[in-house]
Amino acid sequence: MTPVRRFFGPLSRAGLWLGGAFLLLLLLLPWWGSSYIMTVAITVFYLALIGQSWNLMLGFAGLLSIGHALFVGIGAYTAAYLFAAIGLPPVIGVLPAVGLAVLMGLLIGYLGFRFAIGGVYFALLTIAFAEFVRIVIDHVSWLGATEGFFLKVSAADRHGIDLANLRGAPEMYYYLIMALALGALVLCRFLLRSRLGYYWQAIRDDAEAAQALGVNILRYKMYAVAISSGMAGVAGVFYAFYQNSLFPEIVFNIERSIEATLGSIVGGVGTLFGPIFGTFILTPLGEIVTEAIDLLKHWGVIDPQIKLDGLKLLIWGFIVVLIVLFKPKGLWPWVCARLRLTRPEAEG
Amino acid sequence: MDFWTLANATVGGLLIGLVYGLSALGLSVIFGVIRIVNFAHGEIMVMGMFFALLMFRWLGLDPLLSVPLAAALMFGFGYVLQLLVVSRVSHLPEHMQFLLLAAIAIMIVSALLLVFGPDAQGVEVDYAWDSFAVGELIIDYPKMFAAIAAVIVASLLLAFFKCTATGKAIRACADNRMGAQVVGLNVSRLYALTFGIGAACLGAAGAIILLLFEVHPYLAPGYTLLAFVIVIIGGLGSLFGALVGGILIGVSEALAAVLFQPSMKTAFSFGLLILILLLRPQGLLGKAVR
Repeated sequence: MTPVRRFFGPLSRAGLWLGGAFLLLLLLLPWWGSSYIMTVAITVFYLALIGQSWNLMLGFAGLLSIGHALFVGIGAYTAAYLFAAIGLPPVIGVLPAVGLAVLMGLLIGYLGFRFAIGGVYFALLTIAFAEFVRIVIDHVSWLGATEGFFLKVSAADRHGIDLANLRGAPEMYYYLIMALALGALVLCRFLLRSRLGYYWQAIRDDAEAAQALGVNILRYKMYAVAISSGMAGVAGVFYAFYQNSLFPEIVFNIERSIEATLGSIVGGVGTLFGPIFGTFILTPLGEIVTEAIDLLKHWGVIDPQIKLDGLKLLIWGFIVVLIVLFKPKGLWPWVCARLRLTRPEAEG
Repeated sequence: MDFWTLANATVGGLLIGLVYGLSALGLSVIFGVIRIVNFAHGEIMVMGMFFALLMFRWLGLDPLLSVPLAAALMFGFGYVLQLLVVSRVSHLPEHMQFLLLAAIAIMIVSALLLVFGPDAQGVEVDYAWDSFAVGELIIDYPKMFAAIAAVIVASLLLAFFKCTATGKAIRACADNRMGAQVVGLNVSRLYALTFGIGAACLGAAGAIILLLFEVHPYLAPGYTLLAFVIVIIGGLGSLFGALVGGILIGVSEALAAVLFQPSMKTAFSFGLLILILLLRPQGLLGKAVR
C-alpha cells in the first residue's frame, strides 16, 4: 500500500473517489462559487475545526465540554490584543494565543481530574469557566469590555495575500481555514493510530484496566485536553482576524459552545470524519432554510411582512431532534454503510 | 456603605432567591429522579412567563393568580415531552441527551420569538411600586408576594413527595429504578409525572417572576445557567438544597451588586459554583453518590 492509501485506510474505493471529487470541488470553489457561498464555506470549515477539537476531548479523553467557546475566545482575544497593542503579527501571536488556551484547558482538565468531576458535572464546570471569563472580560477596559475589541482594517487590506498578518482577500481566508480544518483532520487521524491514540482508546474503554497496565491516565487525558484546547485556540486566532471585532457576549456565548458540539454529534462522536461531515450538513442546511423562506416570501406564499426571525432555528432544532432520536450514532457511520464509503472491517 | 443599605440588599436578595430556588427545584426534581439534566430549563420557565403575560393581557389576571394555570399547562408540556421524546434517549450517552434538550431549547426560543417578537414585555399591577418599612428596612410588595407564592408552591411540592403515595413511588424510582420496577411501579408513567412536576415548578416560577421582571425570549439561557449554579451549590437532586442554593445565590448577587458593580454579580455566582464544584462537588446538601 502506498502511504496515501494507507492514510485513508478505512475508506473504500468509492469513498476515496467521492471524497477526492468533493475535495477538488472545494479547492476550486473560488472559481465557481459566489462570495456568499464562500462565506458559508468558511463558516463550515471554521466550525469543522472547532468540532474536531471538541470531538478530540470527548471522543478521546471522555470529557464532555460545553464551554469550548472559552478556548476559542482566549485564542482570539490574545492574538488580537497582541496585534493591536504591540503589532505582533498573528503568525507569531498564535503561539501565546494557543499557549493561553492550552493553559486554560489544562487548568480545567486538571481540576476535573483531581476532584473526580466527570460527566454532567464536568460539562457544568466548563460552562462555569466560560461564563466566568466572559463576565471578567466584560469588565476589562483594555480588552474593550462590552463595547467590543476591534482590529483596524483598511480597504487595501481586502486585497492580496499577507499570511503573516492575516490580511488579504476572502480567498486567502478560505484556503487558510480549509488547510487548518483538513490539517486538524490529518492530525487526529495520525494521533488515533499513534501510541498515544491507543492509550486514549484504552482509557476511554476501561480506565481502571488501563491504569492497572501502567498507563498514566492523568498524563494522557491532559495531552488530549491540551491538544483539543490548542486547536480551539488556533480557530480563535482565525476568528479574530477574519471578523476583526470581538464581543464577549458573542465570542463566549454558550450558544457558541453548543454550536461547537453540534456538527460532531450530528456527524458522529468519536469518528474521524464525523465533525467535518456534520458541519457540512448542518451549516448549509441552515442557509438553505433561510433561502427557502426568502423564496417563499418572494413568490407570495408567505406574506413578506411577517417577521420569521425564529423560523430557521425552529426547523433546524427540529432536524437535530430527529437526528438524535433516529440516528443517535451520527450520520457519518450511517452514510458510510449506505454508500459503502468505508471498507466493512474498518470503522470511520 | 451603611448597615441598612446592606440589610435592604440582603432582604431583597433573599426574597428573589426564594423564587430562584423554586425554579431550581424544577431542575433538581427532574435530575434527581430521571437523571437527566434539563437543558431546556430556562425555556420552559420563560414559556410560563409568557403564559402569565397573556393571562394578564386577555383577562387582566394578576400573575400570582395565573400561577396554578401556568403550572398545570407546563405540567402537561413536561409530561408529554418526557413520555414521547426524552424517554427515548435515556439509554444514550450524556452528550446525546444534552444535545436533544439543547435542540428543544432552541426550538422553544425560536417559537417564542416567532409569536412574541424579541422585545421585553412586562405587566404592571396596581401594587407594583408599593412597599412597607420595618425600621429603615424597605420591603417591596411585589417581591414579598412573589417570595410567599414561591414558598407556598415549594411547600406543596415537598409535601407531595413526603406524604402522598405517588410522591413516595417517585422517590422509590429515584432510589432504585430496578427495584421500583420489580415491585410493580409503572416507571415510565412516574418519570413522565416527574418531568411534568418539574416543568410545573418552572411554570409557577415563571408566572411569579413576571411580577418582578419583564420577559423576552432570550431571557431563557440565563435562567438555565442560573438554575445550574443553584442546584450545583445546593446539591443536584436535593430538593431542600435547591431552595437553600436559591437563597444563597439571590443574596450573594444582591450584595455583589451593591458592593461591586451590578454587572459583576453573575461572576460571583459562577465563582461560587467553581469553588463548590471543586471543594464539595455533591453540593452543600447533596449526598455523595459517586
